[in-house]
Amino acid sequence: MHRRVMHRFANPARFLRIAKPLTPWLLWLGIALTLGACLWGAFFTPTERLMGDTVKIIFVHVPAAWLGMGGWTGIAIASIIQLVWRHPLAGVSARAIAVPGATFAAICLITGSIWGRPTWGTWWVWDGRLTSMLVLFFLYLGYIALSNASSEKGDTSRVAAVFGIIGAVNIPIINRSVIWWESQHQKASITLGGSSIDQAYLVPLFVSVAGFSLLFGALVLMRMRTALAEMRIEARMRRMADY
Amino acid sequence: MKPKHQRLLLAVISVFALIGAGLIAAAALREEASYFYTPTTLANANVAPGKAIRLGGMVQKGSIVRAPDGVSITFTVQDKDKTQKVAYRGITPDLFVEGSGVVADGRLGPDGIFVADSLLAKHDENYVPKELADIDMTSAEHTKDTLSK
Repeated sequence: MHRRVMHRFANPARFLRIAKPLTPWLLWLGIALTLGACLWGAFFTPTERLMGDTVKIIFVHVPAAWLGMGGWTGIAIASIIQLVWRHPLAGVSARAIAVPGATFAAICLITGSIWGRPTWGTWWVWDGRLTSMLVLFFLYLGYIALSNASSEKGDTSRVAAVFGIIGAVNIPIINRSVIWWESQHQKASITLGGSSIDQAYLVPLFVSVAGFSLLFGALVLMRMRTALAEMRIEARMRRMADY
Repeated sequence: MKPKHQRLLLAVISVFALIGAGLIAAAALREEASYFYTPTTLANANVAPGKAIRLGGMVQKGSIVRAPDGVSITFTVQDKDKTQKVAYRGITPDLFVEGSGVVADGRLGPDGIFVADSLLAKHDENYVPKELADIDMTSAEHTKDTLSK
């Protein structure tokens, strides 16, 4: 059963047929929602009782954290698919996720730092949440270096895939860090049980998360298409060199 | 067993082993990886006076006392069960209000009072618009305003 499902998209030509028209939809819808949510969040949400206007950084910080962590989860899943099923697109997709994932992890760290200065009184502390998020950023850098070192253009080496799976250990640690250990960072506001964020912030926050996620999807599809095109060029050059 | 199934089994085993190792490491770090002591964990930890530590918790309502010199304050940090008296000299962060979270760097004095070198405010997980702020928080802000005057 998996074979049919898994390999329906194995053929890069079939993937490209779907990815090509999907990319502009994700991109423009993502840009529209992201811009709309950020403007909504910046100008049409009330000031917070303690943080004042600083609260508005949440509309960038939370989506960035979600995509930084979601990105690595995607890399880990793709790495398992690559190692177990040898799916030809798995390595390409993992590698395509790495750079946008690292970028959003960095955005999360930077916006968090900017929020922390007025709220806590410091740019940075070495508590469990901040440290594990910084580790995630460094893991991304390591993954990017490792996958760039593989000889195949676009595709990912097995070493990088193993690294992608091992690095996933950090994801539940980031998520649980504020529960396991006392930390400077507050506990989760949005859990399966509900939310302690007022509706006035929660609705634009969800729109923002949706917008940034679509944008992320568009970036990954673009990078995958670029990687596949590069692989095709390389294959053609090799064939030409043979003659 | 087909090679694909072998690889699947290997992947599943290694993922579980990794998660297990992560959980064990996290549990072992439970004490060390905590960024601060709460009054309860501090009371049970037997920390020597003079050792640099961090203390965190809620600022007890009505406990902030400002000395006439304008920069010295004392207040009480509380968690669910215990309280700890803290002395501090310096400028307090904007979010340092009664009923809100605080993390203090410092050491226990021989008299059992925690002497703080620096204070960081700790925000909780609630995000509430100013006009909807409940009575408690409004009164805390009010207290802050009257105290700083």
